[in-house]
Amino acid sequence: MASGVLFAAAGEVGKGFIHERTSETLPCQAKPSHLFCWDWARQNIDRFGTPALQQFELVAISVAVGFAVAFALALLAHRRRWLRPPLLAGTGVLYAIPSIAFFLLLLPITGRGRETAIIALSAYTLQIIYRNVTVGLSNVPASAKDAARGMGMTERQILWRVELPLATPEIVGGLRIATVSTVAIATLAVFAHAGGLGTQIFTEANLHFPTSILIAGGIAMLMALSFDAILLTVQRFATPWRRVRAS
Amino acid sequence: MSLALIQAPVSASFGGAFEFIFTPQTSNVTGGKTVGGLSQVVELTLTQLEVTVLALALALVVALPAGLYFGHRGTGELVAIGLGNAGRAVPELALIALMAAVIGVGLLNLTVALAILGIPPILTNTFVGIREVDRASVDAARGIGMTEFEIVHKVEAPMALPSIFTGIRTATINIVATATIAPLAGVATLGEFILGENVYGANGVLAGAIMVALLALVLEFSLAGLQRLLTSKGLRLSAV
Repeated sequence: MASGVLFAAAGEVGKGFIHERTSETLPCQAKPSHLFCWDWARQNIDRFGTPALQQFELVAISVAVGFAVAFALALLAHRRRWLRPPLLAGTGVLYAIPSIAFFLLLLPITGRGRETAIIALSAYTLQIIYRNVTVGLSNVPASAKDAARGMGMTERQILWRVELPLATPEIVGGLRIATVSTVAIATLAVFAHAGGLGTQIFTEANLHFPTSILIAGGIAMLMALSFDAILLTVQRFATPWRRVRAS
Repeated sequence: MSLALIQAPVSASFGGAFEFIFTPQTSNVTGGKTVGGLSQVVELTLTQLEVTVLALALALVVALPAGLYFGHRGTGELVAIGLGNAGRAVPELALIALMAAVIGVGLLNLTVALAILGIPPILTNTFVGIREVDRASVDAARGIGMTEFEIVHKVEAPMALPSIFTGIRTATINIVATATIAPLAGVATLGEFILGENVYGANGVLAGAIMVALLALVLEFSLAGLQRLLTSKGLRLSAV
């Protein structure tokens, strides 16, 4: 039965989803044309808690893993310039594979669940973060590096104390783009059986009842904006010299 | 079209998936129905390509002139950049599901929904690309008597081409990826295999994923090739 499969897919979170909804008789539920049913939303808001938390975890872990890998690759490419074109092309190919396909292609290899989703999601962040770190590092003025060299800094010191701090705006910029997109893509993690807000969007009943889609989509967008605001604040504190110049 | 989610892709194998792509077989899930095979796979692939091209064309018609215009005038930065950022935060799945639920299903609605996904990256990247063109070049063009249209057409657009193409490629990736869930909106793309495991079986799901990934990569490489072709000779030389 399709509905049986549906319940299984939605996992713990969506158990009894359709049944529960039809058993109650809220006025606006009877009319599928209603865009948003406040009564239903008030009664059922708690069912979005666990998916939202799952989504948050997926995004946080994926971006952290993606950042670590992309940052390491960018530093490597910074030292060995010949690595740049192949790395850019490689991360570009990963970025081009549609996320649903990516999840499904991984399933026979890694099995269903959170790990699969995290592998795919972090692979998506590589391209954006890698590119921004590389651009940030190459935008550091040669004069700043010369001055550092003149002060007797080693290459390692120049990297960590001059180049990376000056490249922080680009690096955080990449991190922001990557995080915001990952929040959106993580709704598709339902295809990897990894939960998330997609479980509340991707159900048969929702085709005639958009309230749940709107709530889940709204939470996802709010989450993306919050991540963005937090990262922007981090950037401001990490680059105090920019604030001084601005004032 | 049932929305039953994939149940047992874990039991699928790449060998079985390739067999599904190349040879029609009797569905062992619903029994009796013939599924898979090259002709069905090609048909669904072409539908997905068609939907993608239509939506991309619509997005280009809207976003490219707007990006060129606002970039040239240097106005509307807040809107152009803000739209790009907001567009990135919209969950594709929610957008398609919502469009299907509210406006209804069909090719036209789907095309519009997909085009909405493609507009922000094209608009933002075109705008930024045009703004970043060296102002001295633009002044020089104006000095030798070019009209504003000529400046955009012959100076700004060619120099902003890499950025514009970044936008188009991002838009294409978004659109072709999201076209996978088009069966939700009543259009049978390759997502038909992916969302219809109870008909096509686990190998069908995997076969759909393989084809979607291939299609996306072919589009990506074609656009990269097109960009190379369109880049003006002078700029190609100076890049070396």
